[in-house]
Amino acid sequence: MSDRPHLSPASGEVNSLRVVGKRLPKVDAATKVTGRAVYADDMLPARTLHCRILRSPHPHARILSIDTSAAKRIPGVIAVITGADLPVKFGILPVTQDERALEHEKVRYVGDPIAAVAATEEEIAAAACDAIAVEYEVLEPVMSIEAALAQPKDERIQDYGGPNNIHKFVSLEFGDMDGGFARAAHVREDVFFFQGNTHLPMEQHSAVATYVDGRVTLWSSTQVVHYVHRALAKVLELPMNRIRVIGAAHGGGFGGKTDPFAHEIVVAKLAMLTGRPVKCTLTREEVFYAHRGRHPVLMWVKTGVTADGRITAMHFRSALDGGAYGSYGVASTFYTGALQTVTYDIPAYKFEGCRVFTNKPPCGPKRGHGTPQPRFAIELHLVKIALDLGLDPVDLKRRNFVEPNTRTVNWLRVTSCGLEECTDLVLRASGYRERQRRPGHGMGFAISSYLSGAGTAIYWNDMPHSEVQIKVDRGGVTAYCGAMEIGQGSDSVLATIVAEELGLQPSEIRLVTADTDTTPIDLGSYSSRVTFMAGNAALEAARKMRAMLVEAVEAAGRTYDEVTFEEASVLAEARFGTLTSAGSYTPPKLAGPYKGSGVGPSPAYSYSACVVDLDADVRTGLVTVNKVWIAHDVGRAINPLLVEGQVEGSVYMGLGEALMEEQVFRKGLHKWPSMLEYKSPTFLDTPEIQTFIVETVDREGPYGAKEAGQGPLLPVPPAVCAAVHDALGVWIDEIPVTPEKVVEALRRKGKGEPARYGPPRFPDIPFPPAIKVEPPPKDLDASTAQI
Amino acid sequence: MRNELTRDVERVVLTLEVNGERRALLLPVHKTLLEVLREDMLLTGTKHGCELGECGTCTVLIDGKPELSCLLLPIQIQGRAITTIEGLASGSQLHPLQQAFVELGAAQCGYCTPGILLSARSLLEENPHPTRDEIREALAGNLCRCTGYTKILEAVELAAGRMR
Repeated sequence: MSDRPHLSPASGEVNSLRVVGKRLPKVDAATKVTGRAVYADDMLPARTLHCRILRSPHPHARILSIDTSAAKRIPGVIAVITGADLPVKFGILPVTQDERALEHEKVRYVGDPIAAVAATEEEIAAAACDAIAVEYEVLEPVMSIEAALAQPKDERIQDYGGPNNIHKFVSLEFGDMDGGFARAAHVREDVFFFQGNTHLPMEQHSAVATYVDGRVTLWSSTQVVHYVHRALAKVLELPMNRIRVIGAAHGGGFGGKTDPFAHEIVVAKLAMLTGRPVKCTLTREEVFYAHRGRHPVLMWVKTGVTADGRITAMHFRSALDGGAYGSYGVASTFYTGALQTVTYDIPAYKFEGCRVFTNKPPCGPKRGHGTPQPRFAIELHLVKIALDLGLDPVDLKRRNFVEPNTRTVNWLRVTSCGLEECTDLVLRASGYRERQRRPGHGMGFAISSYLSGAGTAIYWNDMPHSEVQIKVDRGGVTAYCGAMEIGQGSDSVLATIVAEELGLQPSEIRLVTADTDTTPIDLGSYSSRVTFMAGNAALEAARKMRAMLVEAVEAAGRTYDEVTFEEASVLAEARFGTLTSAGSYTPPKLAGPYKGSGVGPSPAYSYSACVVDLDADVRTGLVTVNKVWIAHDVGRAINPLLVEGQVEGSVYMGLGEALMEEQVFRKGLHKWPSMLEYKSPTFLDTPEIQTFIVETVDREGPYGAKEAGQGPLLPVPPAVCAAVHDALGVWIDEIPVTPEKVVEALRRKGKGEPARYGPPRFPDIPFPPAIKVEPPPKDLDASTAQI
Repeated sequence: MRNELTRDVERVVLTLEVNGERRALLLPVHKTLLEVLREDMLLTGTKHGCELGECGTCTVLIDGKPELSCLLLPIQIQGRAITTIEGLASGSQLHPLQQAFVELGAAQCGYCTPGILLSARSLLEENPHPTRDEIREALAGNLCRCTGYTKILEAVELAAGRMR
């Protein structure tokens, strides 16, 4: 213990950071490399029953009857439940409470849950599901955006929204659009399509529930214990204090475990009925149908620019294929229009968005939530405009970069912004400007930005978004927080911040996280919010704790430098009694004065720039990425090793989306619900990735930190497409860039047709009249109205 | 359906040698090695991502060679040495590969990590001086969704250097 560092009186000063900024191992790394981390499916409490869920084989059908009598007679079957047992609807957003844990009236996609069995063996439960007789009236499925916009042949998928199968419209206009386009020297329109894809976490979703003494406990592979807690309380009709949700070790989320899921509710209900632990682990095929992944989005964008490439106005339209339920879809719709203005200074901006219901698994948030699709569109669109004008695309983009400490036309507050540094770094390292031309070789450049946490909560409230408690006794430190470690390093960030303030090492901090009984709230691991929000809460709690320690040491006539941490804690415990402190974080009220302004604001935005180098084969259309250079403005890297890991993982996932991953359906069935057929990049497909961390030290982030987990995905797909154009002279305006599309574009080019593969047009959508919003005052800190 | 389920499943007594320990188990013949390791021997360090031989997550070593435990039946591998992630460290001493994965941040969610570590151990025992492309080739059957593979490659190279 003698090597324990002394308490530093200036440890709050950023120029004396001891552990923040160091390349330290993750605090849970040893547990994970030894196989000791306990994931939900690793749990097997005594007397556990195994649950399987019967799912719809039809994309769209009315349920006429469900007969479970044969299933119940199978030896080993302990309980069978249907929708009649769980009739209360739920959904992640308060405005779209449209799901049932088990559906007993109507099914809306292949995979919609209908009944569940708890049995002594998983095989028996599966056989019992087969023995359940369901009578359906099959309805005409709606399988595309175009079909959803038209009059339904049989009936609408949901009984809200409309007209037809339209779920949600957004129509907003900021600034002087007519004037903006009138003063443009050049106006261009483009249409793009970003195919849907899925998270493909290595771990299949899994949940285990017990019911003891009238209390439900659920261990789950979730990104958000709090939202599961709320959904369970609602559907089980139990007070929240009789439900405990614990995040098990987590085998990968990427947004896919951010909704409350049917299997989580079902195992809790079955545990209540049987009095025994019940476990449900989804098969890989079920994971593909559980989905909640990237929305397929069709986009149209029209932009006016001056002769030297300054943007004068932009009009952006999106149509999202939402799948069968709401999920996060209303937020996703807003996100396809919200962040265009956060990278480029757009003086007048109009956004019209539309989400439709289709008979496919519901789409929701995947890494970048609703923003990779428009980022793809806008980055390529600006390249095309630059080429129209004979300008260098990088120069045109740079000319329009937002400045730090400004407010966008749609009222988003930009604080720190490292776009220029990021751009310089990747251009220089990649040799983008000096590259030698050779056939089939191309390089592409793109930028992006992302939230450091959503500025408003999913359900309206004035409470903090994150809370941390710290307990110190006899030299031991424990930090408690609802934040969920999903592999991104959430636990390590909390430990590092507490250790920094108390003068310890991160490995010396015990953590209790993601347990609704024992930890204070955190809204969970989504929207890149943990480092910023839980980090700020931890910082506040740790500084309060440090103040008590310092006061006690000084009261004893000593100085900080003289005492060990144990001595300080003993002095403080003797002086104050039980040593606890708490901190919380509530984002500043940043939303603009208009309906819908709640999506987009964040206390800080990360920035990225990326160059992709690739070779494209003119005969086969095969694209081989040679290298990716990426620079990411993370504000400050709490742990550079973990930031690099997030950036590299984002680039990898962006390459998968750009080149191969797609969630495609045929007659309602997923075309390839397996890890072999759903192509994702392997070790052999993933190129060298060179990462640069840019630190702009944001004024509100903990030690200046911003997000790292999502933003770096965003520039990758457009940089790939720009590089393919650079290599072959064809535009692939549709993600993923498969060899077939490249070959088809080359064929068209050869025939003298437009050298392009992509959607021909944007459909006619009856958008409502836009809500016109005055641009904000120029003063960054002018107060903003709340809706 | 009912008759099929209630008929007696054929069970056999099998002796498996896992991580140097021999154990006799009474098992249904159709149960996969993956299921037996996790459910009958409580060695839950071996993970599963697909149970169809597609993702590499359930990799174990059989006589030092990587195999997919979801595609093996215990009856096929009696008498052969099975190594799982629980057998990689020496007591509390991490294997150099584990140590390198810790130091370089090569495990994020950690779910693919046991399988990748075992594939990498097999590689380094056969080839103490692998090139980066040889490492990629050896690990190509193990998918990872978190890391972008970069830190894993760096960690295998670091461990290889330390083990030489």
